[in-house]
Amino acid sequence: MKFDRRRFIKRLLVAIASVEALFLIKGGITNKARLSEDKKLIRVGKSDSYEKNQVYPFLSHHFYLKRFEDGGFMALSIKCTHLGCVINHNTKTGGFNCPCHASQFSPKGEVISSPATRPLDYYPMTIKNGELYVDTSVVKRRKSFLKSQLTYV
Amino acid sequence: MFWYLSFFLEQFIMNTKHPAKRNYSSLEKFALHLHPKTIDERAVVFNRTFGLGGICALLFIILAITGMILRFSYIPTVEQAYDSIVNLNTHTIFGGFLRSLHHLSANLLVIASFLHLLRVYYSQAIFKKRAENWIYGLVLMFLVLASSFTGYLLPWDQLAYWAITIFTQIFEYIPLFGHSLANFIRSGETLNSNTLLNFYNLHTGVLPLLFVFFVGMHFWLVRKAGGVALPEVEETQKVPVIPNLLVKEVTVALLLLAGLFLAVVFYSAPLLDQANPNLSPNPSKAPWYFLGAQELLLHVHPAFSAVIIPGYLLLFFIAVPYLNYKNLNIGVWFNSPEGKKLVIHSAIFSFFFTFGLIYLLDHFLHFDVWLSSSPSWISIGIVPFLLYAIPVGAFLFYGFKKYKVHNTEMIMASTTVIMVSYLTMLLISLLLRGEGMLLIF
Repeated sequence: MKFDRRRFIKRLLVAIASVEALFLIKGGITNKARLSEDKKLIRVGKSDSYEKNQVYPFLSHHFYLKRFEDGGFMALSIKCTHLGCVINHNTKTGGFNCPCHASQFSPKGEVISSPATRPLDYYPMTIKNGELYVDTSVVKRRKSFLKSQLTYV
Repeated sequence: MFWYLSFFLEQFIMNTKHPAKRNYSSLEKFALHLHPKTIDERAVVFNRTFGLGGICALLFIILAITGMILRFSYIPTVEQAYDSIVNLNTHTIFGGFLRSLHHLSANLLVIASFLHLLRVYYSQAIFKKRAENWIYGLVLMFLVLASSFTGYLLPWDQLAYWAITIFTQIFEYIPLFGHSLANFIRSGETLNSNTLLNFYNLHTGVLPLLFVFFVGMHFWLVRKAGGVALPEVEETQKVPVIPNLLVKEVTVALLLLAGLFLAVVFYSAPLLDQANPNLSPNPSKAPWYFLGAQELLLHVHPAFSAVIIPGYLLLFFIAVPYLNYKNLNIGVWFNSPEGKKLVIHSAIFSFFFTFGLIYLLDHFLHFDVWLSSSPSWISIGIVPFLLYAIPVGAFLFYGFKKYKVHNTEMIMASTTVIMVSYLTMLLISLLLRGEGMLLIF
Protein backbone atom coordinates (compact mmCIF):
# COMPACT_ATOMS: atom_id res chain seq x y z
CA MET A 1 0.00 0.00 0.00
CA LYS A 2 1.42 3.36 -0.92
CA PHE A 3 2.07 5.90 1.81
CA ASP A 4 -0.74 8.42 2.03
CA ARG A 5 -0.20 11.41 4.32
CA ARG A 6 -3.87 12.33 4.68
CA ARG A 7 -4.96 8.79 5.43
CA PHE A 8 -2.12 8.36 7.89
CA ILE A 9 -3.04 11.50 9.83
CA LYS A 10 -6.72 10.58 9.80
CA ARG A 11 -6.02 7.12 11.21
CA LEU A 12 -3.59 8.48 13.78
CA LEU A 13 -6.24 10.90 15.06
CA VAL A 14 -8.85 8.13 15.24
CA ALA A 15 -6.42 5.88 17.11
CA ILE A 16 -5.53 8.59 19.64
CA ALA A 17 -9.20 9.44 20.16
CA SER A 18 -10.06 5.76 20.70
CA VAL A 19 -7.31 5.29 23.28
CA GLU A 20 -8.48 8.41 25.11
CA ALA A 21 -12.12 7.23 24.98
CA LEU A 22 -11.10 3.83 26.35
CA PHE A 23 -9.27 5.43 29.29
CA LEU A 24 -12.19 7.77 29.95
CA ILE A 25 -14.67 4.91 30.04
CA LYS A 26 -12.42 2.69 32.14
CA GLY A 27 -11.70 5.54 34.54
CA GLY A 28 -15.37 6.40 34.75
CA ILE A 29 -16.33 2.83 35.52
CA THR A 30 -13.78 2.17 38.21
CA ASN A 31 -12.70 5.48 39.78
CA LYS A 32 -15.96 7.30 40.43
CA ALA A 33 -15.78 7.44 44.19
CA ARG A 34 -12.46 5.88 45.06
CA LEU A 35 -11.98 6.11 48.79
CA SER A 36 -8.80 7.67 50.05
CA GLU A 37 -6.30 5.12 51.36
CA ASP A 38 -6.73 6.31 54.97
CA LYS A 39 -10.40 5.44 54.93
CA LYS A 40 -9.57 1.86 54.03
CA LEU A 41 -7.04 1.47 56.85
CA ILE A 42 -9.27 0.38 59.72
CA ARG A 43 -8.02 0.94 63.27
CA VAL A 44 -9.10 -1.94 65.51
CA GLY A 45 -7.37 -0.87 68.74
CA LYS A 46 -4.84 -2.33 71.20
CA SER A 47 -3.94 -5.99 70.94
CA ASP A 48 -4.51 -6.76 74.63
CA SER A 49 -8.17 -5.84 74.32
CA TYR A 50 -8.67 -9.05 72.32
CA GLU A 51 -8.81 -12.43 74.04
CA LYS A 52 -7.07 -15.46 72.60
CA ASN A 53 -9.13 -18.00 70.65
CA GLN A 54 -11.90 -15.51 70.05
CA VAL A 55 -13.54 -14.11 66.94
CA TYR A 56 -14.59 -10.45 66.68
CA PRO A 57 -16.90 -9.46 63.84
CA PHE A 58 -16.29 -6.17 62.00
CA LEU A 59 -19.13 -6.68 59.55
CA SER A 60 -19.37 -3.12 58.27
CA HIS A 61 -15.70 -3.38 57.26
CA HIS A 62 -16.21 -6.88 55.80
CA PHE A 63 -13.90 -8.89 58.06
CA TYR A 64 -13.80 -11.13 61.13
CA LEU A 65 -10.85 -10.45 63.42
CA LYS A 66 -9.57 -13.75 64.81
CA ARG A 67 -6.97 -14.06 67.57
CA PHE A 68 -5.36 -17.47 67.73
CA GLU A 69 -4.06 -19.49 70.71
CA ASP A 70 -0.48 -18.24 70.18
CA GLY A 71 -1.55 -14.59 70.13
CA GLY A 72 -1.41 -14.16 66.34
CA PHE A 73 -4.05 -12.03 64.62
CA MET A 74 -5.80 -12.60 61.29
CA ALA A 75 -8.45 -10.49 59.56
CA LEU A 76 -10.58 -12.97 57.59
CA SER A 77 -12.83 -11.71 54.79
CA ILE A 78 -16.53 -12.31 55.45
CA LYS A 79 -17.02 -13.21 51.80
CA CYS A 80 -17.44 -16.93 51.09
CA THR A 81 -15.01 -18.02 48.37
CA HIS A 82 -17.71 -20.11 46.69
CA LEU A 83 -20.20 -17.48 45.50
CA GLY A 84 -19.67 -14.44 47.68
CA CYS A 85 -22.28 -14.82 50.43
CA VAL A 86 -21.53 -13.53 53.93
CA ILE A 87 -20.26 -16.33 56.19
CA ASN A 88 -21.45 -16.79 59.77
CA HIS A 89 -19.21 -17.57 62.75
CA ASN A 90 -19.91 -21.04 64.10
CA THR A 91 -19.54 -20.73 67.87
CA LYS A 92 -19.41 -24.52 68.40
CA THR A 93 -16.47 -25.29 66.11
CA GLY A 94 -14.87 -21.85 66.11
CA GLY A 95 -14.99 -21.98 62.32
CA PHE A 96 -17.25 -20.36 59.73
CA ASN A 97 -20.33 -21.55 57.84
CA CYS A 98 -21.83 -20.19 54.65
CA PRO A 99 -25.63 -19.92 54.83
CA CYS A 100 -26.10 -19.97 51.06
CA HIS A 101 -24.59 -23.18 49.79
CA ALA A 102 -23.43 -24.89 53.00
CA SER A 103 -19.66 -24.51 52.60
CA GLN A 104 -17.80 -24.91 55.90
CA PHE A 105 -14.47 -23.38 56.93
CA SER A 106 -12.10 -24.18 59.80
CA PRO A 107 -11.07 -21.50 62.37
CA LYS A 108 -8.04 -20.85 60.14
CA GLY A 109 -10.32 -20.34 57.14
CA GLU A 110 -9.50 -23.61 55.37
CA VAL A 111 -12.26 -25.50 53.53
CA ILE A 112 -13.76 -28.35 55.56
CA SER A 113 -16.76 -28.95 53.35
CA SER A 114 -17.32 -28.06 49.66
CA PRO A 115 -18.66 -26.50 47.34
CA ALA A 116 -16.04 -23.83 48.20
CA THR A 117 -12.66 -24.74 46.72
CA ARG A 118 -10.20 -22.32 48.36
CA PRO A 119 -9.65 -20.94 51.88
CA LEU A 120 -11.17 -17.65 53.02
CA ASP A 121 -9.34 -14.53 51.83
CA TYR A 122 -7.70 -12.28 54.42
CA TYR A 123 -6.66 -8.64 54.80
CA PRO A 124 -3.09 -7.65 55.70
CA MET A 125 -2.59 -6.08 59.12
CA THR A 126 -0.06 -3.54 60.40
CA ILE A 127 0.91 -2.23 63.81
CA LYS A 128 1.47 1.49 64.47
CA ASN A 129 2.23 2.81 67.98
CA GLY A 130 1.01 -0.43 69.55
CA GLU A 131 -2.34 -0.24 67.78
CA LEU A 132 -3.62 -2.70 65.19
CA TYR A 133 -4.73 -1.62 61.72
CA VAL A 134 -6.43 -3.71 59.02
CA ASP A 135 -5.80 -2.66 55.42
CA THR A 136 -9.09 -3.33 53.61
CA SER A 137 -7.91 -1.89 50.30
CA VAL A 138 -6.20 -5.15 49.33
CA VAL A 139 -7.68 -8.61 49.76
CA LYS A 140 -5.16 -11.48 49.87
CA ARG A 141 -5.93 -14.83 48.28
CA ARG A 142 -4.19 -18.03 49.41
CA LYS A 143 -4.02 -21.72 48.62
CA SER A 144 -3.64 -22.89 52.21
CA PHE A 145 -3.06 -21.65 55.74
CA LEU A 146 0.51 -20.57 56.57
CA LYS A 147 1.89 -19.21 59.82
CA SER A 148 3.25 -16.21 57.90
CA GLN A 149 -0.31 -15.01 57.26
CA LEU A 150 -0.69 -14.17 60.97
CA THR A 151 0.32 -10.85 62.48
CA TYR A 152 2.07 -10.72 65.87
CA VAL A 153 2.55 -7.78 68.18
CA MET B 1 -61.38 -16.49 19.51
CA PHE B 2 -58.32 -16.07 17.35
CA TRP B 3 -60.43 -16.44 14.24
CA TYR B 4 -63.07 -14.06 15.52
CA LEU B 5 -60.55 -11.37 16.36
CA SER B 6 -58.91 -11.71 12.96
CA PHE B 7 -62.27 -11.45 11.29
CA PHE B 8 -63.16 -8.38 13.32
CA LEU B 9 -59.91 -6.64 12.43
CA GLU B 10 -60.26 -7.44 8.79
CA GLN B 11 -63.79 -6.07 8.63
CA PHE B 12 -63.56 -2.97 10.74
CA ILE B 13 -60.00 -1.74 10.91
CA MET B 14 -58.71 -2.41 7.44
CA ASN B 15 -60.51 -1.74 4.26
CA THR B 16 -59.89 -4.87 2.21
CA LYS B 17 -62.44 -4.41 -0.56
CA HIS B 18 -60.31 -2.85 -3.27
CA PRO B 19 -56.68 -3.33 -2.35
CA ALA B 20 -55.37 -1.84 -5.58
CA LYS B 21 -57.31 1.42 -5.58
CA ARG B 22 -57.45 2.61 -2.02
CA ASN B 23 -55.08 4.70 0.13
CA TYR B 24 -53.06 2.81 2.69
CA SER B 25 -53.51 3.56 6.38
CA SER B 26 -50.40 4.50 8.35
CA LEU B 27 -50.30 1.06 9.99
CA GLU B 28 -50.39 -0.54 6.56
CA LYS B 29 -47.68 1.75 5.24
CA PHE B 30 -45.50 0.85 8.21
CA ALA B 31 -46.13 -2.86 7.62
CA LEU B 32 -45.08 -2.47 3.99
CA HIS B 33 -41.74 -1.08 5.14
CA LEU B 34 -41.11 -4.28 7.06
CA HIS B 35 -42.63 -6.79 4.65
CA PRO B 36 -42.73 -7.20 0.88
CA LYS B 37 -46.08 -6.64 -0.86
CA THR B 38 -46.72 -10.31 -1.48
CA ILE B 39 -45.47 -13.31 0.41
CA ASP B 40 -45.47 -17.13 0.11
CA GLU B 41 -48.74 -18.36 1.59
CA ARG B 42 -46.91 -21.00 3.66
CA ALA B 43 -45.03 -18.24 5.51
CA VAL B 44 -48.30 -16.82 6.82
CA VAL B 45 -49.34 -20.04 8.58
CA PHE B 46 -49.20 -19.36 12.32
CA ASN B 47 -47.19 -22.42 13.39
CA ARG B 48 -44.45 -21.67 10.87
CA THR B 49 -43.07 -18.95 13.20
CA PHE B 50 -45.55 -18.75 16.13
CA GLY B 51 -45.06 -15.00 15.78
CA LEU B 52 -42.14 -15.22 18.21
CA GLY B 53 -39.85 -12.70 16.54
CA GLY B 54 -42.69 -10.18 16.42
CA ILE B 55 -43.55 -10.88 20.06
CA CYS B 56 -39.93 -10.12 21.03
CA ALA B 57 -40.00 -6.87 19.07
CA LEU B 58 -43.27 -5.81 20.69
CA LEU B 59 -41.97 -6.68 24.15
CA PHE B 60 -38.92 -4.54 23.46
CA ILE B 61 -41.18 -1.62 22.57
CA ILE B 62 -43.25 -2.12 25.74
CA LEU B 63 -40.05 -2.26 27.78
CA ALA B 64 -38.70 0.88 26.15
CA ILE B 65 -41.88 2.86 26.86
CA THR B 66 -42.41 1.64 30.43
CA GLY B 67 -38.67 2.00 31.08
CA MET B 68 -38.64 5.61 29.93
CA ILE B 69 -41.52 6.41 32.27
CA LEU B 70 -39.90 4.55 35.18
CA ARG B 71 -36.74 6.62 34.68
CA PHE B 72 -38.64 9.67 35.88
CA SER B 73 -39.11 8.25 39.38
CA TYR B 74 -35.95 6.17 39.87
CA ILE B 75 -32.85 7.50 41.69
CA PRO B 76 -29.69 5.50 40.94
CA THR B 77 -27.91 5.88 44.29
CA VAL B 78 -27.39 3.29 47.01
CA GLU B 79 -29.12 5.50 49.59
CA GLN B 80 -32.21 6.35 47.56
CA ALA B 81 -32.77 3.63 44.95
CA TYR B 82 -34.86 1.39 47.20
CA ASP B 83 -36.90 4.25 48.65
CA SER B 84 -37.63 5.66 45.22
CA ILE B 85 -39.14 2.31 44.22
CA VAL B 86 -41.18 2.03 47.41
CA ASN B 87 -42.40 5.54 46.68
CA LEU B 88 -43.29 4.59 43.14
CA ASN B 89 -45.25 1.57 44.40
CA THR B 90 -47.17 3.40 47.10
CA HIS B 91 -47.56 7.02 46.06
CA THR B 92 -47.69 7.10 42.28
CA ILE B 93 -50.96 6.24 40.59
CA PHE B 94 -50.35 3.13 38.46
CA GLY B 95 -46.69 3.24 39.53
CA GLY B 96 -46.73 -0.36 40.73
CA PHE B 97 -48.63 -1.35 37.62
CA LEU B 98 -45.96 0.15 35.37
CA ARG B 99 -43.15 -1.49 37.29
CA SER B 100 -44.88 -4.89 37.22
CA LEU B 101 -45.56 -4.51 33.50
CA HIS B 102 -41.86 -3.75 32.92
CA HIS B 103 -40.80 -6.69 35.11
CA LEU B 104 -43.18 -9.17 33.50
CA SER B 105 -42.34 -8.08 29.95
CA ALA B 106 -38.62 -8.40 30.70
CA ASN B 107 -39.00 -11.94 31.97
CA LEU B 108 -41.25 -12.79 29.05
CA LEU B 109 -38.67 -11.36 26.66
CA VAL B 110 -36.03 -13.78 27.99
CA ILE B 111 -38.44 -16.68 27.43
CA ALA B 112 -39.75 -15.47 24.06
CA SER B 113 -36.29 -14.83 22.61
CA PHE B 114 -35.14 -18.28 23.74
CA LEU B 115 -38.22 -19.87 22.13
CA HIS B 116 -37.51 -17.83 18.99
CA LEU B 117 -33.97 -19.23 18.98
CA LEU B 118 -35.38 -22.76 19.31
CA ARG B 119 -37.87 -22.12 16.50
CA VAL B 120 -35.30 -20.93 13.97
CA TYR B 121 -32.91 -23.69 15.00
CA TYR B 122 -35.37 -26.59 14.73
CA SER B 123 -37.02 -25.33 11.56
CA GLN B 124 -33.57 -25.34 9.92
CA ALA B 125 -33.63 -21.60 9.26
CA ILE B 126 -30.03 -20.72 10.16
CA PHE B 127 -27.97 -21.96 7.25
CA LYS B 128 -26.23 -20.39 4.24
CA LYS B 129 -27.54 -16.87 3.67
CA ARG B 130 -29.21 -16.95 7.08
CA ALA B 131 -26.03 -17.89 8.96
CA GLU B 132 -25.01 -14.26 9.47
CA ASN B 133 -28.40 -13.48 10.96
CA TRP B 134 -28.02 -16.37 13.43
CA ILE B 135 -24.92 -14.58 14.75
CA TYR B 136 -26.86 -11.32 15.03
CA GLY B 137 -29.55 -13.31 16.84
CA LEU B 138 -26.98 -14.62 19.33
CA VAL B 139 -25.78 -11.04 19.93
CA LEU B 140 -29.40 -10.01 20.56
CA MET B 141 -29.85 -12.95 22.95
CA PHE B 142 -26.77 -11.73 24.81
CA LEU B 143 -28.22 -8.19 24.91
CA VAL B 144 -31.52 -9.53 26.28
CA LEU B 145 -29.70 -11.33 29.09
CA ALA B 146 -27.40 -8.36 29.76
CA SER B 147 -30.36 -5.96 29.94
CA SER B 148 -32.29 -8.25 32.21
CA PHE B 149 -29.24 -8.77 34.41
CA THR B 150 -28.36 -5.08 34.74
CA GLY B 151 -32.01 -4.25 35.43
CA TYR B 152 -32.11 -6.92 38.13
CA LEU B 153 -29.80 -4.89 40.40
CA LEU B 154 -31.62 -1.57 40.17
CA PRO B 155 -34.27 -2.07 42.92
CA TRP B 156 -31.35 -2.56 45.37
CA ASP B 157 -33.32 -4.97 47.55
CA GLN B 158 -32.05 -8.21 49.08
CA LEU B 159 -33.12 -10.24 46.02
CA ALA B 160 -31.29 -7.92 43.62
CA TYR B 161 -28.15 -7.49 45.70
CA TRP B 162 -27.48 -11.15 46.37
CA ALA B 163 -28.48 -12.47 42.95
CA ILE B 164 -25.99 -10.12 41.29
CA THR B 165 -23.34 -10.88 43.94
CA ILE B 166 -23.66 -14.60 43.28
CA PHE B 167 -23.54 -14.28 39.52
CA THR B 168 -20.56 -11.91 39.39
CA GLN B 169 -18.77 -14.29 41.75
CA ILE B 170 -19.07 -17.05 39.12
CA PHE B 171 -16.67 -15.03 36.92
CA GLU B 172 -14.01 -15.30 39.62
CA TYR B 173 -13.56 -18.97 38.71
CA ILE B 174 -12.13 -18.08 35.31
CA PRO B 175 -8.36 -18.51 35.68
CA LEU B 176 -5.86 -15.64 35.25
CA PHE B 177 -8.22 -12.72 34.57
CA GLY B 178 -11.42 -13.91 36.31
CA HIS B 179 -10.87 -11.92 39.50
CA SER B 180 -10.12 -8.68 37.69
CA LEU B 181 -13.03 -9.27 35.28
CA ALA B 182 -15.42 -9.73 38.21
CA ASN B 183 -14.00 -6.64 39.90
CA PHE B 184 -14.40 -4.71 36.66
CA ILE B 185 -18.08 -5.71 36.33
CA ARG B 186 -18.74 -4.83 39.99
CA SER B 187 -16.24 -1.93 39.98
CA GLY B 188 -14.92 -3.23 43.30
CA GLU B 189 -14.66 -6.30 45.52
CA THR B 190 -18.34 -5.99 46.45
CA LEU B 191 -21.34 -4.29 44.89
CA ASN B 192 -21.28 -0.56 45.60
CA SER B 193 -22.56 2.80 44.39
CA ASN B 194 -20.32 2.64 41.29
CA THR B 195 -21.84 -0.71 40.31
CA LEU B 196 -25.33 0.70 40.63
CA LEU B 197 -24.54 3.75 38.49
CA ASN B 198 -22.75 1.65 35.84
CA PHE B 199 -25.58 -0.87 35.65
CA TYR B 200 -28.13 1.94 35.47
CA ASN B 201 -26.24 3.59 32.64
CA LEU B 202 -25.91 0.31 30.74
CA HIS B 203 -29.53 -0.64 31.36
CA THR B 204 -31.11 2.64 30.35
CA GLY B 205 -28.60 4.01 27.84
CA VAL B 206 -26.01 1.78 26.22
CA LEU B 207 -27.89 -1.50 25.88
CA PRO B 208 -31.17 -0.07 24.47
CA LEU B 209 -29.13 1.83 21.88
CA LEU B 210 -27.31 -1.34 20.86
CA PHE B 211 -30.69 -3.08 20.65
CA VAL B 212 -31.99 -0.55 18.15
CA PHE B 213 -29.00 -1.12 15.90
CA PHE B 214 -28.93 -4.91 16.12
CA VAL B 215 -32.70 -5.34 15.81
CA GLY B 216 -32.55 -3.19 12.68
CA MET B 217 -29.83 -5.43 11.23
CA HIS B 218 -31.77 -8.53 12.27
CA PHE B 219 -34.93 -7.39 10.45
CA TRP B 220 -33.03 -6.27 7.38
CA LEU B 221 -31.19 -9.59 7.09
CA VAL B 222 -34.48 -11.49 7.31
CA ARG B 223 -35.72 -9.49 4.30
CA LYS B 224 -32.42 -9.96 2.49
CA ALA B 225 -32.63 -13.74 2.94
CA GLY B 226 -36.11 -13.73 1.35
CA GLY B 227 -38.19 -13.91 4.52
CA VAL B 228 -39.11 -16.95 6.59
CA ALA B 229 -37.25 -20.15 5.63
CA LEU B 230 -39.52 -22.58 3.78
CA PRO B 231 -39.01 -26.03 2.30
CA GLU B 232 -38.43 -25.99 -1.45
CA VAL B 233 -41.43 -26.78 -3.64
CA GLU B 234 -42.03 -26.63 -7.38
CA GLU B 235 -44.77 -24.03 -7.37
CA THR B 236 -45.21 -21.32 -4.76
CA GLN B 237 -48.45 -19.50 -4.15
CA LYS B 238 -48.03 -15.80 -3.31
CA VAL B 239 -50.61 -13.86 -1.30
CA PRO B 240 -50.75 -10.14 -0.46
CA VAL B 241 -49.25 -9.25 2.93
CA ILE B 242 -52.21 -6.92 3.58
CA PRO B 243 -54.44 -8.30 4.96
CA ASN B 244 -53.19 -11.92 5.18
CA LEU B 245 -50.07 -11.44 7.32
CA LEU B 246 -50.86 -8.07 8.86
CA VAL B 247 -54.12 -9.26 10.40
CA LYS B 248 -52.33 -12.13 12.09
CA GLU B 249 -49.55 -9.89 13.35
CA VAL B 250 -51.97 -7.37 14.81
CA THR B 251 -54.00 -10.19 16.36
CA VAL B 252 -50.94 -11.65 18.10
CA ALA B 253 -49.88 -8.19 19.25
CA LEU B 254 -53.30 -7.37 20.70
CA LEU B 255 -53.59 -10.75 22.42
CA LEU B 256 -50.13 -10.29 23.94
CA LEU B 257 -50.94 -6.79 25.17
CA ALA B 258 -54.28 -7.89 26.59
CA GLY B 259 -52.67 -10.90 28.27
CA LEU B 260 -49.89 -8.79 29.81
CA PHE B 261 -52.26 -6.13 31.12
CA LEU B 262 -54.57 -8.76 32.55
CA ALA B 263 -51.68 -10.61 34.21
CA VAL B 264 -50.31 -7.42 35.76
CA VAL B 265 -53.65 -6.78 37.44
CA PHE B 266 -53.07 -9.91 39.54
CA TYR B 267 -49.28 -9.94 39.71
CA SER B 268 -46.82 -7.48 41.19
CA ALA B 269 -43.06 -7.43 40.70
CA PRO B 270 -41.22 -8.69 43.80
CA LEU B 271 -39.61 -6.23 46.21
CA LEU B 272 -37.93 -7.57 49.37
CA ASP B 273 -36.24 -5.60 52.15
CA GLN B 274 -33.58 -3.04 51.31
CA ALA B 275 -30.22 -4.60 50.40
CA ASN B 276 -28.08 -5.52 53.41
CA PRO B 277 -24.47 -6.38 52.42
CA ASN B 278 -23.93 -8.08 55.80
CA LEU B 279 -26.81 -10.53 55.62
CA SER B 280 -27.07 -13.18 52.91
CA PRO B 281 -30.54 -14.65 52.59
CA ASN B 282 -30.70 -18.44 52.74
CA PRO B 283 -30.71 -19.73 50.06
CA SER B 284 -29.16 -17.13 47.74
CA LYS B 285 -29.82 -17.70 44.09
CA ALA B 286 -28.64 -16.06 40.86
CA PRO B 287 -31.28 -14.58 38.46
CA TRP B 288 -33.47 -17.47 37.33
CA TYR B 289 -32.11 -17.75 33.76
CA PHE B 290 -28.55 -18.23 35.11
CA LEU B 291 -29.54 -20.85 37.69
CA GLY B 292 -28.46 -23.70 35.39
CA ALA B 293 -24.91 -22.34 35.61
CA GLN B 294 -25.12 -22.07 39.40
CA GLU B 295 -26.41 -25.65 39.60
CA LEU B 296 -23.54 -26.87 37.44
CA LEU B 297 -21.09 -25.12 39.77
CA LEU B 298 -22.47 -27.14 42.71
CA HIS B 299 -21.51 -30.42 41.08
CA VAL B 300 -18.52 -29.89 38.85
CA HIS B 301 -15.11 -28.32 39.44
CA PRO B 302 -15.06 -24.61 38.46
CA ALA B 303 -12.45 -25.21 35.74
CA PHE B 304 -15.12 -27.27 33.95
CA SER B 305 -18.33 -25.49 34.99
CA ALA B 306 -17.11 -21.90 34.61
CA VAL B 307 -14.57 -22.15 31.82
CA ILE B 308 -14.40 -25.29 29.66
CA ILE B 309 -18.13 -26.08 29.33
CA PRO B 310 -19.44 -22.50 28.79
CA GLY B 311 -16.51 -21.70 26.46
CA TYR B 312 -17.12 -24.81 24.42
CA LEU B 313 -20.88 -24.13 24.22
CA LEU B 314 -20.32 -20.55 23.09
CA LEU B 315 -18.02 -21.69 20.28
CA PHE B 316 -20.46 -24.46 19.35
CA PHE B 317 -23.41 -22.06 19.09
CA ILE B 318 -21.40 -19.63 16.96
CA ALA B 319 -20.17 -22.44 14.69
CA VAL B 320 -23.44 -24.33 14.35
CA PRO B 321 -24.60 -22.80 11.02
CA TYR B 322 -21.15 -23.22 9.47
CA LEU B 323 -20.56 -26.93 10.18
CA ASN B 324 -20.32 -29.33 7.27
CA TYR B 325 -23.80 -30.88 6.87
CA LYS B 326 -24.53 -33.76 4.52
CA ASN B 327 -28.31 -33.61 4.13
CA LEU B 328 -29.69 -30.16 4.86
CA ASN B 329 -33.42 -29.68 4.31
CA ILE B 330 -33.75 -25.96 4.88
CA GLY B 331 -37.11 -24.94 6.30
CA VAL B 332 -38.12 -28.51 7.18
CA TRP B 333 -38.94 -28.93 10.88
CA PHE B 334 -36.26 -31.14 12.49
CA ASN B 335 -34.80 -31.76 9.01
CA SER B 336 -36.74 -35.04 8.57
CA PRO B 337 -39.41 -37.17 10.31
CA GLU B 338 -36.62 -39.31 11.84
CA GLY B 339 -34.97 -36.12 13.08
CA LYS B 340 -38.18 -35.16 14.84
CA LYS B 341 -38.42 -38.52 16.61
CA LEU B 342 -34.74 -38.38 17.57
CA VAL B 343 -35.04 -34.85 18.98
CA ILE B 344 -38.08 -35.79 21.06
CA HIS B 345 -36.36 -38.92 22.40
CA SER B 346 -33.17 -36.95 23.15
CA ALA B 347 -35.14 -34.34 25.07
CA ILE B 348 -36.92 -36.97 27.19
CA PHE B 349 -33.69 -38.90 27.78
CA SER B 350 -31.74 -35.76 28.68
CA PHE B 351 -34.36 -34.59 31.17
CA PHE B 352 -34.59 -37.85 33.11
CA PHE B 353 -30.87 -38.57 32.90
CA THR B 354 -29.82 -35.11 34.16
CA PHE B 355 -32.44 -35.22 36.89
CA GLY B 356 -31.35 -38.68 38.04
CA LEU B 357 -27.66 -37.82 37.92
CA ILE B 358 -28.14 -34.70 40.04
CA TYR B 359 -30.19 -36.69 42.55
CA LEU B 360 -27.43 -39.32 42.77
CA LEU B 361 -24.65 -36.71 43.04
CA ASP B 362 -26.49 -34.96 45.84
CA HIS B 363 -27.38 -38.00 47.92
CA PHE B 364 -25.11 -40.92 47.11
CA LEU B 365 -22.06 -40.08 45.00
CA HIS B 366 -19.56 -38.12 47.10
CA PHE B 367 -16.48 -38.17 44.91
CA ASP B 368 -14.85 -35.29 46.77
CA VAL B 369 -14.79 -37.49 49.90
CA TRP B 370 -14.07 -40.84 48.24
CA LEU B 371 -11.25 -39.54 46.04
CA SER B 372 -9.95 -36.96 48.49
CA SER B 373 -6.36 -38.10 47.85
CA SER B 374 -6.48 -37.12 44.17
CA PRO B 375 -6.57 -33.47 43.04
CA SER B 376 -10.01 -31.86 42.94
CA TRP B 377 -10.00 -31.39 39.16
CA ILE B 378 -10.09 -35.22 38.89
CA SER B 379 -12.45 -36.06 41.77
CA ILE B 380 -15.08 -33.39 41.07
CA GLY B 381 -13.94 -32.50 37.54
CA ILE B 382 -13.19 -35.36 35.17
CA VAL B 383 -15.14 -38.01 37.11
CA PRO B 384 -18.59 -36.32 37.09
CA PHE B 385 -17.93 -35.05 33.57
CA LEU B 386 -17.37 -38.60 32.30
CA LEU B 387 -20.35 -39.77 34.34
CA TYR B 388 -22.43 -37.40 32.22
CA ALA B 389 -20.64 -37.66 28.88
CA ILE B 390 -20.38 -41.47 28.55
CA PRO B 391 -24.12 -42.30 28.94
CA VAL B 392 -25.06 -39.34 26.73
CA GLY B 393 -22.59 -40.51 24.08
CA ALA B 394 -23.96 -44.04 24.31
CA PHE B 395 -27.53 -42.77 23.93
CA LEU B 396 -26.64 -40.68 20.89
CA PHE B 397 -24.86 -43.64 19.29
CA TYR B 398 -27.93 -45.80 19.92
CA GLY B 399 -30.14 -43.15 18.30
CA PHE B 400 -27.77 -42.93 15.35
CA LYS B 401 -27.98 -46.70 14.77
CA LYS B 402 -31.73 -46.95 15.37
CA TYR B 403 -32.92 -44.13 13.12
CA LYS B 404 -30.16 -44.40 10.50
CA VAL B 405 -29.81 -40.62 10.27
CA HIS B 406 -27.06 -38.32 8.96
CA ASN B 407 -24.91 -35.83 10.82
CA THR B 408 -27.50 -33.01 10.54
CA GLU B 409 -29.90 -34.89 12.80
CA MET B 410 -27.10 -36.04 15.11
CA ILE B 411 -25.89 -32.46 15.70
CA MET B 412 -29.49 -31.45 16.33
CA ALA B 413 -29.88 -34.29 18.84
CA SER B 414 -26.67 -33.26 20.66
CA THR B 415 -27.83 -29.65 20.86
CA THR B 416 -31.16 -30.86 22.24
CA VAL B 417 -29.43 -32.93 24.93
CA ILE B 418 -27.32 -29.92 26.00
CA MET B 419 -30.22 -27.45 26.05
CA VAL B 420 -32.58 -29.79 27.91
CA SER B 421 -29.84 -30.54 30.46
CA TYR B 422 -29.41 -26.83 31.10
CA LEU B 423 -33.17 -26.34 31.45
CA THR B 424 -33.41 -29.32 33.83
CA MET B 425 -30.63 -27.91 36.02
CA LEU B 426 -32.31 -24.51 35.93
CA LEU B 427 -35.65 -25.96 37.03
CA ILE B 428 -34.07 -28.05 39.80
CA SER B 429 -32.19 -25.05 41.14
CA LEU B 430 -35.23 -22.79 40.86
CA LEU B 431 -37.93 -25.06 42.23
CA LEU B 432 -36.37 -27.94 44.14
CA ARG B 433 -33.62 -26.31 46.19
CA GLY B 434 -34.41 -24.83 49.57
CA GLU B 435 -32.26 -23.76 52.51
CA GLY B 436 -28.53 -24.23 52.03
CA MET B 437 -29.26 -25.09 48.38
CA LEU B 438 -30.23 -28.62 49.52
CA LEU B 439 -32.74 -30.63 47.52
CA ILE B 440 -36.16 -30.48 49.15
CA PHE B 441 -36.74 -34.23 48.68
